[in-house]
Amino acid sequence: MIALDINGKRQNVDVPGETPLLWALRDEIGLTGSKFGCGMALCGACTVHVDGQPVRSCITPISTVANRKIVTIEGVGADSVGKALQAAWTDVGVPQCGYCQAGQIMSAAALLKRTPKPTDKQIDDAMAGNICRCGTYTRIRAAIKQAAAKGGA
Amino acid sequence: MSATVVDRVLRSAGEDSVVVANVSRRRFLKGMSLGGFVLAVGVASPARAQEAKKYGRDGMPNGWTDNPLVFVSIADDGTVTIVCHRSEMGQGVRTGMPMIVADELEADWKRVRVAQAQGDEKKFGNQDTDGSRSTRHFFEPMRRCGAAARMMLEAAAAEQWKVPVGEVAAKNHEVVHKASGRRLGYGALAKAAATKSVPERTAIRLKDPKDFRYIGKGQLKLVDGPDIATGKAMYGIDTRLPDMLYAVVARPPVLGGKVAKVDDTEALKVPGVVKVVQIEPSPLPVHFNPVGGVAVLARNTWAAMQGRQALKITWDDGANASYDSTTYKTGLEESARKPGKVVRNDGDFDKAASGAAKRHQAEYYIPHLAHATMEPPAATARIVNGKCEVWGCFQSPQAARDLVAKRLGMSADDVTVNVTLLGGGFGRKSKPDYGIEAAVLSKAVDGKPVKVTWTRDDDLHNAYYHTVSVEHLEAGVDASGKPVAWLHRSVAPTILSTFNAEAKNEFAIELGMGVINVPFAIPNVRIENPEAVAHTRIGWFRSVSNIPHAFAVQSFVAELAAAAGRDPKDFLLEVIGPTKVLNPEKLGDTWNHGESPDRYPIDTGRLRRVIETAAREAGWGKKLPKGQGLGIAGHYSFVSYIAAVTHVAVDAKGVMTIPRVDVAVDCGPTVNPDRVRSQMEGAVIMGVGVATLGEITFKNGRVEQNNFDSYQVTRMPEAPREIRVHIIPSSDYTKVMGGVGEPGVPPIPPAICNAIFAATGKRIRRLPIRDQLTV
Repeated sequence: MIALDINGKRQNVDVPGETPLLWALRDEIGLTGSKFGCGMALCGACTVHVDGQPVRSCITPISTVANRKIVTIEGVGADSVGKALQAAWTDVGVPQCGYCQAGQIMSAAALLKRTPKPTDKQIDDAMAGNICRCGTYTRIRAAIKQAAAKGGA
Repeated sequence: MSATVVDRVLRSAGEDSVVVANVSRRRFLKGMSLGGFVLAVGVASPARAQEAKKYGRDGMPNGWTDNPLVFVSIADDGTVTIVCHRSEMGQGVRTGMPMIVADELEADWKRVRVAQAQGDEKKFGNQDTDGSRSTRHFFEPMRRCGAAARMMLEAAAAEQWKVPVGEVAAKNHEVVHKASGRRLGYGALAKAAATKSVPERTAIRLKDPKDFRYIGKGQLKLVDGPDIATGKAMYGIDTRLPDMLYAVVARPPVLGGKVAKVDDTEALKVPGVVKVVQIEPSPLPVHFNPVGGVAVLARNTWAAMQGRQALKITWDDGANASYDSTTYKTGLEESARKPGKVVRNDGDFDKAASGAAKRHQAEYYIPHLAHATMEPPAATARIVNGKCEVWGCFQSPQAARDLVAKRLGMSADDVTVNVTLLGGGFGRKSKPDYGIEAAVLSKAVDGKPVKVTWTRDDDLHNAYYHTVSVEHLEAGVDASGKPVAWLHRSVAPTILSTFNAEAKNEFAIELGMGVINVPFAIPNVRIENPEAVAHTRIGWFRSVSNIPHAFAVQSFVAELAAAAGRDPKDFLLEVIGPTKVLNPEKLGDTWNHGESPDRYPIDTGRLRRVIETAAREAGWGKKLPKGQGLGIAGHYSFVSYIAAVTHVAVDAKGVMTIPRVDVAVDCGPTVNPDRVRSQMEGAVIMGVGVATLGEITFKNGRVEQNNFDSYQVTRMPEAPREIRVHIIPSSDYTKVMGGVGEPGVPPIPPAICNAIFAATGKRIRRLPIRDQLTV
């Protein structure tokens, strides 16, 4: 049994310690907002925060994050940055299919917490690990700028 | 909204007493019921040929309905529930379709809920969400649904007030009697409205389009936007049922292969693994059926994946084990250099070419592509009391239903298909093989719920690939450099081969995607299609054969312009010639995207206009620094006209960036302009990926790419900095609508390559560009 701190709530999971956090979240705990896209940290759809840092949960064994502060897309709206980004995402009409957007928002939230007023280059660098196959990148950039302008941080 | 909520809403739409419900005597099912997923992609059948040809929505399997009782229900608290019967994969259909109904219904959008239809074409009409068809096929039926429901509400209010119905009018979720100032909300009227008969189609009063509140305005936010942004949106991969098992499948790496031997001893030792089940391979042609393999069922996805890794399988690869992309390319090139089946012949190419002032030729290569939807294929099934229920991300839920039923030996009536959101579709999720896998596996564990999840490797190794093609073009030009003779040989394994193992030629649909129907003012045109044998599953990928055809045609015209020393935009317009309205059948296109040649002729004036618009908006002709250039391409597909101007910059090391793309689109009148824009933006980025990165290759019959490291797609830093979409305005809703989801893709690769030529003088004829620019 491994204890995880997810969105401020303690969750015990009874799976081997090498199980990636993504599958513990999705299959054991039932938080399906974090998505599977590649299983190799190549697409960013599974991005969550661990102690405030963006990590790819598909390659993060749960044994390495026991009792660390995990935030997922379901919990990121609890703070002002996450909330501002979620509002910007709907306002700008970023999503098409929407599947990658949880990971995009998590990466964007980590960026804005670190760099409240990012440059275009900083946005591109921070978001390069998140693939969107529908091609919403120009709107993602616009939404990040909108959230930053509103001073979510 | 969760799948269960959708399900509940949908059930209530049919069963609750508060629905606008009455028995309509009107026949609401129209169109043919030929029951073919094959027909859904337009393969001609003898049965069909003998009937009078039907077009558009009338020509689709199970046609359409405009019965408001099927699509609209109103609760007594005033909540209006509108059913969306088409699948949402990012095109915005779950916002667009209900918006049409809500507008005619005079519903307050804030009080509208959207319920997703289950797969049931007899009830809802055609649901095969493909071919960029939803809006153009269902705009009129959905308007009538909303208008009929509005008239029933008005009739109920008039009766209650004992005034002539002509004195009342619905406005923003209530019916008003202007003379007396009385008003009743939709909730208060719902029960009484349900007793009113559905107005006859001829009696339906549609709104004057100038009174539209939502249609054409682009003001409404996506219905699923908040759920997506907060992680609540439910996709096929997100289904969870009590006691569900999680499955991954080891599939034959070569099409037509099967398991020779399997040792599952180690797999069964993996903690969490419950069972190993073989799935029988389907005979070729594979159709939409599973390719078979060995499934590992476990208590979670990770355990299933570990179990699969521990399987020891010997494959019997079969005849396609020799498929090799390098050798195959050489074979296509050889075929492209010899005469092939003539599919269009205007004038006399040979004579005109031999008498021409100059001759030019070029060949273009476009490899296989995989859709690589961000959500890989995934579906869940359970069987209870002889009935199967499936949940999944299906573009064609009726095809899923029919094929699950067939595979399980059930009646389709005993199969229910629940449609989740689709995490991308692009044509991949029209093929419900993964849904059939889930059903087969559920049956193997006594009906227990089983979810099948494809990994990215699975998705790339067992896709329905975009064809691979060599496009050979020749032209004879006059003294001014203008083409007087045009030969296009297109060689590509056909989609038809997935349904008919003997098929070696492109069929009407593929030919009608920008090769046979080039609308150019050239008197001598010959289009040929030499044979090609398929060695893998060929399927349709967003915009399909338009990709290679537009790449070749629009590149070649630019090459001819360069040879003539002419401006590429002016030259392209000259090749198209003066405005003409052409019957596509006269160009040999018997398909015309399933639309009537009379209602949907090819209008070269519209093509010219988008080219001129894109050029003007992009500042065509402006002076650019060294290493930068503009490229243009225009293409007609899915009965829409689209042109793009790309601005590229290539640095000293050969690294290309795209500062800006201007897209002009004429798709007729629009329902949701913001989603037209977003589809064009997405198409540009997908087009950039096709041009620069995308390639699936085979070696020993196996796909060589495993994940997003080797199958690369566009990421944010490579995406254009700016995409400007210019919609040709049309407020005349009597005019025909065109497709939007797909036609934005084809002009992008040639526009990029033409811009690279302008920037560097280098002509790209083989996609992807990848490192061809590095010096």
